[in-house]
Amino acid sequence: MKRDLISITDYSKDEYLRIMKLAAEFEANPNQDLLQGKVVASLFFEPSTRTRLSFETAISRLGGRIIGIADPGSSSTSKGETLHDTIKMVSNYADLIVMRHPLEGAARYAAEVSPVPVINAGDGANQHPTQTLLDMYSIKKTQGTLDNLNIFMVGDLKYGRTVHSLLMAMSEFENPIFNFIAPPELQMPQEYKMFLREKGIRFFEHREFTDIISEADIIYMTRVQKERFSDPMEYEQVKNVYILRNAMLKNTKPNMRILHPLPRVNEIHTDVDQNEKAYYFTQARNGVFTREAIISHSMNLK
Amino acid sequence: MSDEKKKKLKLKVSAIKEGTVIDHIPAQNLFKVISILGLNKIPNQITFGTNLESEKLGSKAIIKVSDKFFEDDEINKIALIAPHAKLNIIRDYGVVEKKVVEIPKVITGIVKCFNPKCITNHEKITTCFDVISTSPIALKCKYCEKHTVGEQINMQ
Ligand SMILES: [Zn+2]
Repeated sequence: MKRDLISITDYSKDEYLRIMKLAAEFEANPNQDLLQGKVVASLFFEPSTRTRLSFETAISRLGGRIIGIADPGSSSTSKGETLHDTIKMVSNYADLIVMRHPLEGAARYAAEVSPVPVINAGDGANQHPTQTLLDMYSIKKTQGTLDNLNIFMVGDLKYGRTVHSLLMAMSEFENPIFNFIAPPELQMPQEYKMFLREKGIRFFEHREFTDIISEADIIYMTRVQKERFSDPMEYEQVKNVYILRNAMLKNTKPNMRILHPLPRVNEIHTDVDQNEKAYYFTQARNGVFTREAIISHSMNLK
Repeated sequence: MSDEKKKKLKLKVSAIKEGTVIDHIPAQNLFKVISILGLNKIPNQITFGTNLESEKLGSKAIIKVSDKFFEDDEINKIALIAPHAKLNIIRDYGVVEKKVVEIPKVITGIVKCFNPKCITNHEKITTCFDVISTSPIALKCKYCEKHTVGEQINMQ
């Protein structure tokens, strides 16, 4: 059976832990020729240089060859070919498909059509599970555990798919606490709060970004994007409220680390970058090891 | 309306010897029910009446299909748009069994996903939803994972 990764909830807790373990092994020894003689299709129907380079680095470090689409303007879809037909064609050539697509559900559909495993590298606003696994790896690495953590999520909690997936995944571990800091327009959606209530997981909601962060083990920052607001005045009012500055970190816990899926705009002031609690650049680097782990798992190479 | 008139109205939809009578269909959904069950594509004799008076529905429709007996899976497809539908199974002009419809756990290929950015609205794909709640009805798309709820439900 091929093991696709489309949504973060496709994996069991055991699989999360297996990915964490494999990622640590790849971090210790990144170059392993597990993909020698294999071809991986990297299909980016929507440009995302950051994610594509991370995947292609992971594939290269595993010794695999890459075929693919980097520029959707030149792809067969611009000639009117259906996703179905593109996937049918590519799965004849490749042993694994890594795919990013602007439409939601595209990856699930591709996985149904394809006889080779599919890894979702983002399908519109829906899912981006490899981001979540690298977030978890970063948490595990900095905290030594995924249990008993107090996780603060800040910014756009309504549309931010990374926070939703991280919430779902971390809920599988022992005794998490969530704190949500967001403007009223961008609060955590009801369905996720319902999910937490049903699981008996504690969470707290805040409007103000204040010294409550002294409780945090992890602060997960997100961008507040202008296009989310129907009223531009509202955006102007909130955009500077959710900025993390170095001075705010004074009373935070020594083990606390700041994560961000990147790219940032202004929500983390550059004066935070020098603080040892700033972890977002290392987090991005962890992405390569995590993706090596996911690829190996999907193809039963380890 | 007098009882006699009511009787006459019932008679307008003629009796069948063998087959199925589907009653208590909301009048406005009659043609959707016909289409979902594929009744427009079978050679059986079919009679239907619509805009009949109903205490429960205000205005109901009824379909009589000769020589046709539905599987539960087949008939349950109409539960979304005719949740109060009742089936009478007819043998030799008499009712031998009565059935109600049940909303299935998974709905395949009837409903359109509400999300305009869903892949199923851009490519020829049979939709598929998990039913996450029956009242109010809420469906979760297998592809985009978004919820389609109550009034948002439209047929594919
Ligand atoms: Zn959908």
